[in-house]
Amino acid sequence: MSVARAPSGKAKRVLPGFGLTLGYTVLYLSIIVLVPLSALFLKTFTLSWDQFVDAVTGPRVLASYRLTFGASLLAALVNLVFGLLVAWVLVRYSFPGKKIVDALVDLPFALPTAVAGISLTALLAGNGWLGQYLEPLGIKLAFTPAGVVIALIFIGLPFVVRTVQPVLEDAEKELEEAATSLGATRLQIFTRVILPHIAPALLTGFAMAFARAIGEYGSVIFIAGNMPMVSEITPLIIIGKLEQYDYAGATAVAVVMLTISFILLLLINALQAWQRRQTGATA
Amino acid sequence: MSANTVRRAQAGTTESAWVRYTLLTVALVFLLLFLVLPLAAVFTEALRKGLGAYLEALQEPDAWSAIKLTLLTAVIAVPLNLVFGIAASWAIAKFDFWGKSFLTTLVDLPFSVSPVVAGLVYVLLFGASGWFGPWLQAHDMKIVFAVPGIVLATVFVTFPFVARELIPLMQAQGNDEEQAAIVLGATGWQTFWHVTLPNIKWGLLYGVILTNARAMGEFGAVSVVSGHIRGQTNTLPLHVEILYNEYQSVAAFAVASLLAILALVTLVIKSVAEWRIERELRSIAEMPPEAPRTDTPAAQLAAAH
Repeated sequence: MSVARAPSGKAKRVLPGFGLTLGYTVLYLSIIVLVPLSALFLKTFTLSWDQFVDAVTGPRVLASYRLTFGASLLAALVNLVFGLLVAWVLVRYSFPGKKIVDALVDLPFALPTAVAGISLTALLAGNGWLGQYLEPLGIKLAFTPAGVVIALIFIGLPFVVRTVQPVLEDAEKELEEAATSLGATRLQIFTRVILPHIAPALLTGFAMAFARAIGEYGSVIFIAGNMPMVSEITPLIIIGKLEQYDYAGATAVAVVMLTISFILLLLINALQAWQRRQTGATA
Repeated sequence: MSANTVRRAQAGTTESAWVRYTLLTVALVFLLLFLVLPLAAVFTEALRKGLGAYLEALQEPDAWSAIKLTLLTAVIAVPLNLVFGIAASWAIAKFDFWGKSFLTTLVDLPFSVSPVVAGLVYVLLFGASGWFGPWLQAHDMKIVFAVPGIVLATVFVTFPFVARELIPLMQAQGNDEEQAAIVLGATGWQTFWHVTLPNIKWGLLYGVILTNARAMGEFGAVSVVSGHIRGQTNTLPLHVEILYNEYQSVAAFAVASLLAILALVTLVIKSVAEWRIERELRSIAEMPPEAPRTDTPAAQLAAAH
């Protein structure tokens, strides 16, 4: 399997260590990730089909899906728009402090989610910096589903910026110049030239932000208020079942979430392949 | 080109001034609200009752044991994933084999698994009613609701970071230098230490610093496996939660501020590493790709083969 591939026209493997590194990679991956995740699926087989369906479609669970998916979608959409805007501003304009702003965009990756959670809550609570102005206007964000959306916007903020930024940097200005000389307006150029070019990256970032938001726990539980049927996210349902020693029920809901994660991961991979084809075609 | 066409061409590749300023203002206000304010709030809330109360909160024994456990977890989890990241990126970036893209997807998998689910799988494996639970109990060993479980959950959630940084970097750099070293008679280890490692050191640092930040800050997965035993299985983020739920706001934010400082240090190191990686990749891109130098001994040896 190793050196025998020389006849395919490729040079034979000169570098050593293929067997060792691949073997270790597969072994470590199996121990840490694959075996534990398969344990999750096997555990659900202790449930009958009806029990499984009951566990994943209880009214409280269904309400949590609606909140988790709805809030994640909304947050990812906000990040789609503002992420594009931030990427655009960082690539195309120059302004003082740009390097610092650029570095700061990654803050949600580096700041522990629990810290983000308590901090956003402190800002938006009735006596917080922002909450004290918003609550008299009747806008209540902390301890409501709206707070969940805000936490998820924070968590997903870097994804769209970081996927769109490099593509926008590589975009050829000649195309835009050509479009201008052919009489296109700036808006036409944006929608017909720039947007198609960055679309795969934009969608990849959107899907990543969405996937991350669905699984998010730490930042949300502080700001959500966690009221059953109203502001209880699906990961919290799993924790709740676990605390009542309902391992099978917790596992059933976890399998639903894991399946959705798999689907999103495959979707993101497909989007990235599309992007590679597109940038490969224009390069 | 007349002055008029130049102006038109410029107008075609940028927006009018008021559009530019509006977009810039909206973007900066968005970042101010969602990034700067939460960060600033951590420190102001922590110092609300003055520096004395802040320092007092950090000197509490439970806070100390949380700091120690967090450091211990990172000291174990980061090197494990560092070794894995180097092995995985060597196999994936340097060689072609069947199933490579599938393997790369599997390496990324922990990113898309909810931290809560990640914690749950270890409870199912090692918990009292889990697969290995009875055996562990018979041998008086504890993994879940103890330190090993916290380490395992942390390893899981930080699993892909180093590999993720190294694979594209090593792919961009190609195999030429390593092949030359091997042809010249270097052993595999020598090639790695003297050729590959210097080339990837900034990417490696970047991956390690991200792994470390996530390892020290992980909440969801660790929360499921820890059991929240004060002074024993509480990491810093879990300690923040306990203090916060006990309405000890200043203490909670004081501990949180340590994690926020860690995040800021991470961002600084990350920016430096990113800048160095960019510089190195640019110097590779500037090398003439199709005309390798034929005057170096390595090239002559390679040609002789």
